[in-house]
Amino acid sequence: MTIIEQSPAEPAATPDVPAYRLAGVTKTYSQKGRVVQALKGVDLEIAPGEFVTIQGPTGGGKSTLLQLLGALDTPTAGHVMIGDTDLAQASATDLEHVRAREIGFVFQAFNLIPTLTAAENVDMGLEPLGLGSAERAARVTDALERVGLAERADHRPGELSGGQQQRVAIARAIAKRPRVLLADEPTGNLDESMRDDILAVLEQLNADGLTLIVVTHDSAVARRAGRRLRLDKGTVRDITR
Amino acid sequence: MYWTYLRRELSGRKKQTTIVATGLAIAIALVIIVNALSAGVRDAQAQALESVYGVGTDLTVSGAQAEPGEGGGRGGPQFDFDDDEGTTADDGTTNLSQSRLMTDFLRGTIEASTLDTVSGIDGVAAASGALSLTNTTFDGELPQRPDATTDDTAEGGQAQPMPDDGDGGGMGGFGGGSFSVDSFTVLGVEAADTAVGPLSAVEVTEGRALADADAGAYVAVLDASYATSADLAVGDTLDVGGTAFEIVGVVSSTSSEADTAANVYIPLDVAQDLSGAGDVVSTVYVQAASSDQISAVQAALEEALPDVTVSSQSDLASDVSGSLASASSLITSLGTWLSVIVLAVAVALAILFTISGISRRTREIGTLKAIGWSNRRVVGQVAGESVVQALIGGAIGVVLGLAGVLAITLISPTISSAPAAESTFGPGGSGGMGGMGGFGAQLGQTSADIVLSAPLSVGIVVLALLLAVAGGLVAGAFGGWRAARLSPAEALRAVA
Repeated sequence: MTIIEQSPAEPAATPDVPAYRLAGVTKTYSQKGRVVQALKGVDLEIAPGEFVTIQGPTGGGKSTLLQLLGALDTPTAGHVMIGDTDLAQASATDLEHVRAREIGFVFQAFNLIPTLTAAENVDMGLEPLGLGSAERAARVTDALERVGLAERADHRPGELSGGQQQRVAIARAIAKRPRVLLADEPTGNLDESMRDDILAVLEQLNADGLTLIVVTHDSAVARRAGRRLRLDKGTVRDITR
Repeated sequence: MYWTYLRRELSGRKKQTTIVATGLAIAIALVIIVNALSAGVRDAQAQALESVYGVGTDLTVSGAQAEPGEGGGRGGPQFDFDDDEGTTADDGTTNLSQSRLMTDFLRGTIEASTLDTVSGIDGVAAASGALSLTNTTFDGELPQRPDATTDDTAEGGQAQPMPDDGDGGGMGGFGGGSFSVDSFTVLGVEAADTAVGPLSAVEVTEGRALADADAGAYVAVLDASYATSADLAVGDTLDVGGTAFEIVGVVSSTSSEADTAANVYIPLDVAQDLSGAGDVVSTVYVQAASSDQISAVQAALEEALPDVTVSSQSDLASDVSGSLASASSLITSLGTWLSVIVLAVAVALAILFTISGISRRTREIGTLKAIGWSNRRVVGQVAGESVVQALIGGAIGVVLGLAGVLAITLISPTISSAPAAESTFGPGGSGGMGGMGGFGAQLGQTSADIVLSAPLSVGIVVLALLLAVAGGLVAGAFGGWRAARLSPAEALRAVA
């Protein structure tokens, strides 16, 4: 894989303001009549430009934490600050706004629309921004080039390999020039060589200044991170060495 | 992106799109065909009524229904022959012939002065009266009367037992004979009343129409169909009620497929005189000043004339019998219900498929919300897909509906119509030649064969398309509601 063009990411927030600040975050929900406490009083700060991985056993709360960071859900208690916005207090409209502009999300199963081409899938991420068609086209091209898939713009997901599909998903996430990129097991469905390709892409984005938070079981991925967190039974600890 | 995504989604779900669109197409086609046929039936009914009641008749005033035998009448025409009546030939055969001109014994007549009362009602633009009669002619041939070998003499033509002639004729009977009964309808009219009533829907095809100067004269105008069947023409004479009338004209209905209101038209005063009915009419035809005054005029007439029956066009329409009535009933009840049920089923199918589609797209919808799509945007996308599916179905339905209407127009089915009998002769009274009862036939009835059309208006097509869109919106609303309720976190967890 060759990254054709590298363009600097948007300048991150001023160094003094963390990308994320979590204070006393708790999340409980009911499951089959039982009350499950997925997160218990999590305190966490993530600086702009950091590459953070979150590891832990299944059911430890990793996906729940990622969904709170991604403004997909709200905590039962505590504060989740992204810049100056407290996601815990935000209205549904505000959360939509944050998801549209501040956060890029990459899923384990790629979650591409199978009936759309690679370029159209990337364009789906720009839909909420209300940009003009020229600006949208330029961003789509730029994002696909950054992940090395410019020549596959007209291919549908069914015509792409797993690694290529995940790169399209990453392009979709970065086209909006988010403050932070969240990835939930981005290499979980990929073989070793594809994993390395994806990691290279993610590292390059991080090098360009993008804050990266990756949930992963893969220690090979975790080793690439600047900071490693472990989430177990709802509590977080830093395991970076 | 909206239309691209929508188009791709519908293309990717061809089977579902086909089923939903087909369901709606059938429903919309039915709506169009049923509506067009309803309009055609209404036109046909108007045509049928027009042939009987004339153009512009909004209301009719007629006498109250009478029971047979009421008022001393024995119902049906009676033919009484004296001993010396008829002509006897050399071989002893006696030919008998008699005509009776009678009003409808099942419905009372109304005083002619009622016309003045009606004309004086506020809102009445025009009124005319007519006397409906039926001329029945009895012709019979009796063989030579039996010798006076018995001491019985015939009374009133009653049959007498005959001796056995050895021909196997058996005992009794009068030796045979032949009889025939013929009838035609007669309408006594005022020549000047052409604005409303039966004369307003006719045109002269031969000779002339009745004129004011014909009052008191024995002149008649014939319906063209009757003239043809009876082989009569202008200049011939016709026996009406035992009096010879000169035929001065032939008329036909302005509606090409219908007969006029009666077989024969004669001056009103002559009709009243010959029938012995007196200064009466059977029906007063009323034209209201405007269509929105019809109800008020009807109410005023009913108040001013409590002993008569006042009927509006819709009341008259319900009297139309024949296959037109059957067609009307079939289309308005069965046809309407069928199209409502099919439309409801099609919309229900659309809703079910939309909701099922949302369920299968839970992850996709969760992803859209996760990458920043608002609820409104997601709902708009889902609703748009449903509406487009419905529009596809609606468009196909319009084409199918138009094809159905075209087929009906090409086939041009003919249906018969007849107003309910005003001169119905049931089992007759006793006496005479052993009673004339049992014909049961509706004599003197005006019938029309009308070509059923299925007129289509732009309004019906637009209505059909709007129904399709409404169906799509309903399905889209259900799907959108389902999509809006999906929390992105739950949606993504659902497939984790």
